[in-house]
Amino acid sequence: MELNELFYQHYWWFLISLLGALLVFLLFVQGGQSLLATMGKTEIEKSMMINSLGRKWEFTFTTLVVFGGAFFASFPLFYSTSFGGAYWLWMAILFSFIIQAVSYEYRSKSGNFLGKKTYDAFLLINGVVGPVLLGIAVGTFFTGADFVVNKGNLTTAGSPVISSWTNDWHGLEALLDVRNLLLGFTVFFLARTQGALYFMNNINDNDIFEKSRKQVLLNSIIFVLLFLSFVTATLLADGYEIGASGAIYERPYKYFYNFVEMPWVAVLFLAGVVLVLYAIIRSIFGQHFTRGIWFSGIGTILVVLSLFFIAGYNHTPYYPSAVDMPSSLTIYNSSSSLFTLQTMSVVSLLIPFVLAYIFYVWRAMDKKPITEQEMKSDEHKY
Amino acid sequence: MNDLFTLVDWSRAQFALTAIYHWLFVPLTLGLGVIVGIMETIYYRTGDERWKTITKYWMTLFGVNFAIGVATGIILEFQFGTNWSNYSWFVGDIFGAPLAIEGIMAFFMEATFIAVMFFGWNKVSKGFHLASTWLTAIGASISALWILVANSWMQYPVGMEFDPETARNVMDDFWALVLSPVAVNKFFHAVSAGWVLGGVFVVGVSAWYLLKNRENFLAQKSIRVGAWVGLVGTIVVAYTGDGSAYQVADKQPMKLAAMEGVYHGKEGQELIAFGILNPDKKFDNDEKEFLFDIPIPKLLSILATREIDGFVPGINDIIEGGYADKNIKGEDIIALSAQEKMERGRLAIAALADFNTARQNNDTTAMNEARARLDANYEYFGYGYIDSVEQLIPHVPFVFYSFHIMIILGGYFLLFFILILVLSYKEKLQRLKWLLWIAILTIPLGYVCLESGWIVAEMGRQPWVIQDIMPTFAAISKIEVASVQTTFWMFAALFTVLLIAEVGIMLKQIKKGTEQN
Repeated sequence: MELNELFYQHYWWFLISLLGALLVFLLFVQGGQSLLATMGKTEIEKSMMINSLGRKWEFTFTTLVVFGGAFFASFPLFYSTSFGGAYWLWMAILFSFIIQAVSYEYRSKSGNFLGKKTYDAFLLINGVVGPVLLGIAVGTFFTGADFVVNKGNLTTAGSPVISSWTNDWHGLEALLDVRNLLLGFTVFFLARTQGALYFMNNINDNDIFEKSRKQVLLNSIIFVLLFLSFVTATLLADGYEIGASGAIYERPYKYFYNFVEMPWVAVLFLAGVVLVLYAIIRSIFGQHFTRGIWFSGIGTILVVLSLFFIAGYNHTPYYPSAVDMPSSLTIYNSSSSLFTLQTMSVVSLLIPFVLAYIFYVWRAMDKKPITEQEMKSDEHKY
Repeated sequence: MNDLFTLVDWSRAQFALTAIYHWLFVPLTLGLGVIVGIMETIYYRTGDERWKTITKYWMTLFGVNFAIGVATGIILEFQFGTNWSNYSWFVGDIFGAPLAIEGIMAFFMEATFIAVMFFGWNKVSKGFHLASTWLTAIGASISALWILVANSWMQYPVGMEFDPETARNVMDDFWALVLSPVAVNKFFHAVSAGWVLGGVFVVGVSAWYLLKNRENFLAQKSIRVGAWVGLVGTIVVAYTGDGSAYQVADKQPMKLAAMEGVYHGKEGQELIAFGILNPDKKFDNDEKEFLFDIPIPKLLSILATREIDGFVPGINDIIEGGYADKNIKGEDIIALSAQEKMERGRLAIAALADFNTARQNNDTTAMNEARARLDANYEYFGYGYIDSVEQLIPHVPFVFYSFHIMIILGGYFLLFFILILVLSYKEKLQRLKWLLWIAILTIPLGYVCLESGWIVAEMGRQPWVIQDIMPTFAAISKIEVASVQTTFWMFAALFTVLLIAEVGIMLKQIKKGTEQN
């Protein structure tokens, strides 16, 4: 394989990792949604929290869609194998996002057919199911899945499908794996922690601030315990490695060795952990510390980036097949052609520009935090 | 094979269901986005607060429609993976790129600036807000551009070559995809169709206020903006529709034959202005094609070939071949019969199998020989999966009637917008209650027209998911039929409930008028 092609395959895995990391950070919207029922004791409190989240929900949604689109463009064999195979897992995730998409806009409008409580229930379902199942889906990058890829099937007229799932659960079996569950709930409690940190930053209300602080304390303890368990289990687990001949074989402590053999990834990981812990501790103990979401957000991005790196770099199959090792997907055998990767790389130069205008608009819009007064005004609200 | 067809039918039904629902909301986003942008521009230039009220009113309806468009859109992208996994690998190298670009260029733009549009009135300057409104509308159009580039490529696959080593098509010319004449026509056709719907919607809702003698300023001003946007949209739709038909005649002759119900083509082919198909007519019997028809002599030849006596092949001609044609490279050829194409397709598939075997045996000579056979026959690759010539004919009544409904309604909209504008400027509109009622009843016709267009484009190209290269049934994911049936009904129920909610909210908002603002 040409060096040029290797570069672009690694570059696109970096972009996928970045989008995945941004998505996990932006799941603070889902985390916030899962807190609404507990924290919003009065209508006005609930209204402030929903309107605060409602101005960001589209970023999470869009990042998920772009994550999917970028995966399709850069690693189409994953798109083909995982989405077509783990059908129910992905469908459940998508359903939860479909019901979210209408809920903000429709919940308080008259004539909405289902009533406000139903839309709030939709937000709760998305708030729980979205992060947990996305975490479980990403967990399969480490634990593998039951699939076989045979490109020769294309010449079989009666059954030309090249990727097939070898169990009837079609993705639901991932819910039975402890490591997947650990990652799923880690993401969920991280999202809740960050949802509370976001409220502290975005809403100017003392009661909500104090309630959020309590939620940060409670959820971050569970998050840290789950996170440590997942990391420990992953570092101790066996993984797979792509040998010099291209053959894939099992390697004990593969992910631990990935950190050792890529120390810069370990540094990213540790820096991210420190930032998240700093955000949590300062937010719990600082009197008026509102910038926790930024520290925690950057930390989350670094940690998730590093987890994606150990999943896909250093000759690691990022989507191992548990039933047919040679079918495992790597960034080499599942990528688009060099031409497409290069073309898409030119397009990717737009990403910093996109991030810049998002940052600029967020700053302009969030200059004034949400207040009770704003919720009582006649302006557009959810 | 029977199981596969059942699975294909359900997978197609699910994709059609979600696409039809999505296409209910997207055109209104495209059209209303531009209309709201124009209204806010007038407010920005005049400083007249009444225009701000008008803008905010239509913006509220835009938001209600936008949300359900987003909800129905996410599943479309992921369905390529969940239900069409073979497709995703076979052409993912080409098809994935426009989808990713759509996300990077359009979705983030919409997501960012729509927040300013709704919540930024008191947080950013007037100019910033106006720019945000336009950027949201532009973002929606950019989104349409990339998804239509992708769709057009399925109908006219260019800028690619087949790589037997990875068993897939790979892109070799990005600009050929983006600037393909099919893509260019389709983009302007679809976006301007959105303007037509936006115009029909705004005029219809405003007409209701005039009937009720409410919101008179809003209604009168909105009717003019809506009708102008609708009129411009209709003219562009007509122009690009003509271009699309010409492209279809060239690249998808079977689709054109179905659109016009032509079985035996000829030079100087007439266009059927209106017709009732004979339900007993099949390609292999001698029944009459129509029970009743109003033909316009030579017009189809002119539209399809730009020549008064140009030859337009019918369904039987395409099945039997033997007429002068061009291949995908634009070279003059004598059209092969369907049987010959199927034979060439089988040769291509067999050559790929031989290539794989030779590669496993490290037999370079055999690989080269198989590769040469594959290249020589690849343009008919998809025909290798076809069992019988009947499979090559789309559902003629569906395509024919959808096409004619679309054309007739398009002509009606042109007259409608001209009439509305003339009477609006003469300030006679409010007195003509019958016309105001017609304007209200025209709203559903706008939706019927647009959905008909979708049916023509997507049903007309069957059995191909990628023209000549891959039939729809070979593009499938290998999952249980029951799974797809279940998700089909889940989507059907969920989207129907959400549609009821959307319509309910719209009606309430319209009833409230500007009081909410």
